[in-house]
Amino acid sequence: MSGEGTAPVSGESAAAGGSGVAVTGATVARLARGVRLREDPVRGQTVLLAPERALALDEIAVAIVKALDGDRDLDTIAADFARQFDAPQDQVLADVIAFIREFSDRRLLEIVR
Amino acid sequence: MNEHPSPVRFAARRPPPPIAMLAELTHRCPLACPYCSNPLELSRASEELSTEEWIEVFRQAADLGVLHLHLSGGEPASRRDLVALTRAASGFGLYTNLITSGVGLTEARIIELSEAGLDHLQLSIQGVTPEKADLVGGYAGGYARKIAVAGWTHAAGIPLTVNAVCHKQNMDEIEDMVGLAIELGARRIEIATVQFHGWAERNRTSLMPTRAQVEATTAFVNEARKRLAGTLVIDYVPADHHSRYPKACMGGWGRTGLNVNPAGRVLPCHAAETIPGLTFDTVRETPLAEIWLEGAAFNAYRGDDWMAEPCRSCERKHIDFGGCRCQAMALAGDATATDPVCIRSPLHASLAAAAEADGEAEPGPFVYRGR
Repeated sequence: MSGEGTAPVSGESAAAGGSGVAVTGATVARLARGVRLREDPVRGQTVLLAPERALALDEIAVAIVKALDGDRDLDTIAADFARQFDAPQDQVLADVIAFIREFSDRRLLEIVR
Repeated sequence: MNEHPSPVRFAARRPPPPIAMLAELTHRCPLACPYCSNPLELSRASEELSTEEWIEVFRQAADLGVLHLHLSGGEPASRRDLVALTRAASGFGLYTNLITSGVGLTEARIIELSEAGLDHLQLSIQGVTPEKADLVGGYAGGYARKIAVAGWTHAAGIPLTVNAVCHKQNMDEIEDMVGLAIELGARRIEIATVQFHGWAERNRTSLMPTRAQVEATTAFVNEARKRLAGTLVIDYVPADHHSRYPKACMGGWGRTGLNVNPAGRVLPCHAAETIPGLTFDTVRETPLAEIWLEGAAFNAYRGDDWMAEPCRSCERKHIDFGGCRCQAMALAGDATATDPVCIRSPLHASLAAAAEADGEAEPGPFVYRGR
C-alpha cells in the first residue's frame, strides 16, 4: 500500500493503564472527525467506523454514541438514560464515564470540555 | 496484521462479507522505496481502470458489505481523478482512507478531498530528518512535502495517521518518529517493520533489523502505548522474521479483505500473484461479489481444508491461519506449507539464522525500485 506494508483492517484493545484525560459528569464529548456511526444493512447491525477500525456496537453503546452531541454533559445524558431505562443514575453515570474514557483513549472522541 | 479483539462480527455464513478493500488506483509512484511492497511486475498506466470503472467497483464493494475503502497505489495522488473517486466512494457510504506518500498533493487538492468526504489520510514518513527520509524514499524534497501535507491535512480537519516503515537504518529513531507524529497532529501512528517480500528481499542486509533493535522497539511501543493513551494510538507490525509465530496475514485468506490492482484484477492479498497456479478474476469481466464468493484464488486457501501438518492439527490455526501464503511459497516453495516464521516449521531455524546474520551485516547502498 503506497508501496509499504500495512494491514487493511486491524483492531486493538484500548491501552491498559494510563488514561490521557480526566472524564467526569461535567465532561462534554462528541465523536472525533473521521469517526462515524453507520447502519450496515449487509450484516444487520450498527458499526462505528474509525481509522482502521470497524466496531460492532450493541444497543447501549449506540445509544451512548448518539447522545454525544457535543453540547450536553455526561451528567445530563446519564440522567436521561436513568429515566429512560429506570436505572440508578450513579450506576449509569459510572458506566457512561467508563465508556467515554475507553473511547477517548482510543482517540475516537473529541472532548469538547 | 495486528490483534483482532473487536472486529465486526457477522452471522454464521461462509464466506462472510469483506470488511475492507484496498484499491491500488495506480502503480505509478514518484518514490523509489527500497522495500516497496508492490509486485515486481507493475501494472502499466495504459491498463489502469478508468474513473467510471473504479466507481462501479466501489458501488459493488459497498453492496457486498465493504466498510473501509483504502485508496492506495503506488501513489494514489498520481491519479488525476482522485477527488472524483473519493467523492463517489464516500457517496456509497464507504469509509475512505487515502494512503499516500504526500507527493502530488497540494493544499487546494487536500481541501477538495476534504469536501469530497475523505474520512482519513495516512501519510508515510521514511525518517525524521530530510536527509535520512529522502535517502530512503529516493526522492529529493519528499520530506519537506510530507511536512507540508501534514499541515494542510490538519488544517482541513482530516484525521491523520503517520505510517512509519521501520528497518535497520531508522529503527533507532522510533521515539523521534512518534514525537514527529504528535507534532504533526496525527491521532495515530502505524509502526510497521519492513516485510521481506518482493523488493525488500533485494535489500535484506540494508533493511533487516538486529534482534536488539526489534526488542528495543517492542519495549518502546508497549511503554509508549500506555503513556500516550488519549493522545496517539499506536499500531505496531513487529518484525516478522524475528517472531516465534507467524502474523495472521490479511486476517486470514479471503476472510476480511480484498485487493483490486490498477488493472482491475482482484487479489486476496497484494502479493498473491507471486503464487504460481492461482488464477485471478478481473472486475472488467466478473462482478466483485462473484469473485469474492466463488473466485478460485479466494477459495484456494480459505478456511483450513487446504492445510497440511503441522498447521492442520495446530491449536493456533484460527489465530494465525498458518501465516502468510506468499511467504510459504517464497521460502518453502509451497504455498500450503507452514509459514517458515513459525517455530513449528522445519525451516524456522534457517529463516531465523538468516535474519540474525542479515541484521548484523553492514548495510550496503539501497537498490531502489525503478532506478
